[in-house]
Amino acid sequence: MKRFLSSLLMLGLVLNLTGCMRDMQDQPKYKNLRGSDFFADGKSARDQEEGTIAQSQLRQDPHFFEGKVDGVDAVTFPMKVDRPLLERGRERYDIFCAACHGRTGEGNGMVVQRGFPTPPSYHIDRLKDAPAGYFYNVITNGFGRMYGYASEIEPRDRWAIVAYVRALQQSQNVDIKELTAKEREALDRPAVSEEAAHVPAHH
Amino acid sequence: MAQLFPRKINTIAKLSIIMGLGLVTGILVLGGILTRGPYYTQVGIAREQKVPFSHKHHVGGVGIDCRFCHTSVEKGAFAGIPPTTTCMKCHSQIFADAPMLEPVRESFRTGKPMEWTKVHDLPDYVYFDHSIHVKKGVSCVTCHGQVDKMPLMMKKNTLHMEWCLSCHRNPEKFVGLREHVADPHWKNTEDQKTLGTRLVKEYKIKKLTDCSVCHR
Repeated sequence: MKRFLSSLLMLGLVLNLTGCMRDMQDQPKYKNLRGSDFFADGKSARDQEEGTIAQSQLRQDPHFFEGKVDGVDAVTFPMKVDRPLLERGRERYDIFCAACHGRTGEGNGMVVQRGFPTPPSYHIDRLKDAPAGYFYNVITNGFGRMYGYASEIEPRDRWAIVAYVRALQQSQNVDIKELTAKEREALDRPAVSEEAAHVPAHH
Repeated sequence: MAQLFPRKINTIAKLSIIMGLGLVTGILVLGGILTRGPYYTQVGIAREQKVPFSHKHHVGGVGIDCRFCHTSVEKGAFAGIPPTTTCMKCHSQIFADAPMLEPVRESFRTGKPMEWTKVHDLPDYVYFDHSIHVKKGVSCVTCHGQVDKMPLMMKKNTLHMEWCLSCHRNPEKFVGLREHVADPHWKNTEDQKTLGTRLVKEYKIKKLTDCSVCHR
């Protein structure tokens, strides 16, 4: 009996020790962005071969993918502009654009306040008159000191952002007579700071 | 035949049984404590990186959205570590000569990716997917903690299976509004139980606890 018990204990210990091996934790396989000893450049994810088109990369509609109609910046949107598109645009704008261009598009985002060269406001005449395709192209390819966002923002989201930029432009350029009494009252109220807006209501 | 053992041996025999059991229990308990402690789990321990990237500065100070850099978090299993061009979007202009950022500039010049030490490193037999969690209203800070207050990245949770299950068994205790998922400051104004119960229904959150949900 004693022999049996002690061998059981030994077995338990051995099983415990095998638990210390990390073969299962660290398997010899490539997960996202894991390095590689096999390829000379050390990357496990291979760059796409030049001149090839992967699935979903076929881009035949120049209006949608390049913002161009007959080779010039498109004036129209390649999709219906509705509330869901604008909501999506606002969300994407706040993620990718607001850091520099500011929430209202005046070009005074936090990154600019920290020293990045000031981008033009969306509310100048040149940009109010610019066609939608112009904005699409700037998002895609960059402009001046702004890098392109083609690899971060999908074409449809780029258009959503353009639609929202149009909404921003309108928002800063409305005749006060068009506002309802309630909206006008809201204008007179002092602005609520972000910090205060986050405090739970029942506190 | 005479008695081989005197009577006092009985006590020793009993004691050795108790102490033997005590030893085994002690080892198990100690193991349990150690594997949950920071030495093993690395919770609360900042990792050394080639560039001391500060989420506190970028998220807390500048207010950059998580998804600006972690672009695949809504679509893929992997949240994504940004390419060097993302750093250079700002740092081609600001702190453009800072010695601290030389590895970033070198990576940009040579095309060789930056190497970061993974902080949240799940075992390879776990198949976690960010996108579904984000879609169901599990906010970034629920798992990653107040990243906007971390000068250097560290784990805030063990990522142990018991930790995963604490939410998978009771999702209503943790889910929040999906439109605020990436906002580190967001606090729900109603109490978590009411909100959680409502959202579990609204987002059709299932209590997924089968092994094959995460292990294949």
